[in-house]
Amino acid sequence: MNKFENIKKLIVEDQLKLDCGQTISNFPIAYETYGKLNSKKSNAILVFHALTGDQFATDINPITKKDGWWKYALGPGKAIDTEKYFVICANVLGGCMGSFGPSSINPKTGKTYEIDFPVITINDMVNAQYFLIKHFEIEKLFCVTGGSMGGMQVLQFVANYPNLSQTAVPIACTSNHSAQNIALNELGRQAIMADAKWQNGKYEESNASPDKGLSVARMAAHISYLSKDALQEKFGRKLQERDDLKFSFDADFQIESYLRHQGSVFVDRFDANSYLYITRAMDYFDLNKKYEGNLSKAFKDSKTKFFIISFTSDWLYPSSENKEIVIALNSIGADVGYIEIESDKGHDSFLLNVPDFLETLRGFLNTSYERLNEKRI
Amino acid sequence: MKKEFKIISDLILKNSRVLDVGCGDGELMSFLYKNITKDVRGIEISKQNVQKCISKGLTAIEGDAEKDLIQFPDSSFDIVILSQTLQAFLNPEKVLNELLRVGKKAIVTIPNFGHWKVRLNLLFKGTMPVTKSLPHQWHNTPNLHMCTIKDFSDFCDNKKIKFIKSLALDGEKLLNISRTNLGKRNLFSEIGIFLIEK
Repeated sequence: MNKFENIKKLIVEDQLKLDCGQTISNFPIAYETYGKLNSKKSNAILVFHALTGDQFATDINPITKKDGWWKYALGPGKAIDTEKYFVICANVLGGCMGSFGPSSINPKTGKTYEIDFPVITINDMVNAQYFLIKHFEIEKLFCVTGGSMGGMQVLQFVANYPNLSQTAVPIACTSNHSAQNIALNELGRQAIMADAKWQNGKYEESNASPDKGLSVARMAAHISYLSKDALQEKFGRKLQERDDLKFSFDADFQIESYLRHQGSVFVDRFDANSYLYITRAMDYFDLNKKYEGNLSKAFKDSKTKFFIISFTSDWLYPSSENKEIVIALNSIGADVGYIEIESDKGHDSFLLNVPDFLETLRGFLNTSYERLNEKRI
Repeated sequence: MKKEFKIISDLILKNSRVLDVGCGDGELMSFLYKNITKDVRGIEISKQNVQKCISKGLTAIEGDAEKDLIQFPDSSFDIVILSQTLQAFLNPEKVLNELLRVGKKAIVTIPNFGHWKVRLNLLFKGTMPVTKSLPHQWHNTPNLHMCTIKDFSDFCDNKKIKFIKSLALDGEKLLNISRTNLGKRNLFSEIGIFLIEK
């Protein structure tokens, strides 16, 4: 894919055994870095992105020309201060921003993998990104963080590499996908598959993509990222550029027009098959089950300092689910802090300008960094 | 620095594992972190206070001591501190039991409702007492279960809770509480400080 020629990529030559049983090697992990790695290599933060994110966490995304998804939290002088920290962010396995995914070319056939791509998991994503840490020869990360699916990767990362990061900040996430989470993802997948242009996933050849289906998937998902109150306050029953109802199925209401817009801009930057694969990975995520129903066991070997953040109006990954992680950590005497931030912006709060959240994140990172460095002296 | 902090910290061995229940903005935790132990954490019901703790680099969990202590295993801390908040709980007995389950020992401090100023206030003014250590009016006080040093002593005796150390703060003076001077301490002390175990 030419458009990804000028972005940073690590070709992982090692073999990676996936949860599905297949082994991959010589695969690309596309990534971006912000800030400078200090001489002691002690200031690195690995940021994991959410379902539809990518490695371009801040600044202008060179491919989409849009702002990075974490522009409020990450950058010079921001909560994750890139004047102080070296931030690495990779496009997940299965993604569509240059990493190994369903739109990569299968060397055996010379065609894109599409749905012949192996089903991947959060565990596989994390293990693939581990190669980046090796690549930078970082022995100990200062922090791993991310929201939503990024938070799940944080949990998985600490479980897999218990002492590779000094601190971990999972945000607005869960240790296992609930029936409601799976149901919402399934709705999105079925919307894509119901689009005739999906063609059982083999749409790249015919140069037609299931834009309608993907856009409906995005619309449904987008509702789950917002709170009822925020929607009501922003849109209520306001009409879209008209004085009265038109007695038709046009977008009479502003909320309809808004969702349609969200759907249509999404299809320009995201691949439908990637959407299927990544939502599947989220649904398969169950750290509890992996550790015999006892989440505490996932972290029992870790000395990592945890700080867990949830949001009052997040109904997708509600505080109660975030708190289960806190409880699991407390029950083994791990070092864990927890706060529920007051916000009416729903699950998306972690991406938005929520000053209480940003200040708390900044406070945690900066004081932890100072303390860890003072300990070392 | 509050005098009470110094007294509390004198009851804690260096490098102990400490939980501060109702840790507020982390003032006591900061003091302990600097002087006694790095292994200190808090649980606090107010978001604003948790944020303040975090920004001071302290480990704090947002939570309600009446519900959320359950997540800690038995004897997971050397010391659990409850500083002047016992009277604010709906069910102080339950909280006290939880403190002594989670901690090998507990430090409980109480504002003494048996202090002579409190008694005089009610006797002569006929209104609910408002003093320096009990600054609220009857209608806005967070204190649901006020008690005296004597009440607390009797309660612990009844529940077979052992006193390792009982101290009273009378102005600037720190005094021991014993069976023989309990009545006097109960009249003249503003704050009772107890190191207890089950």
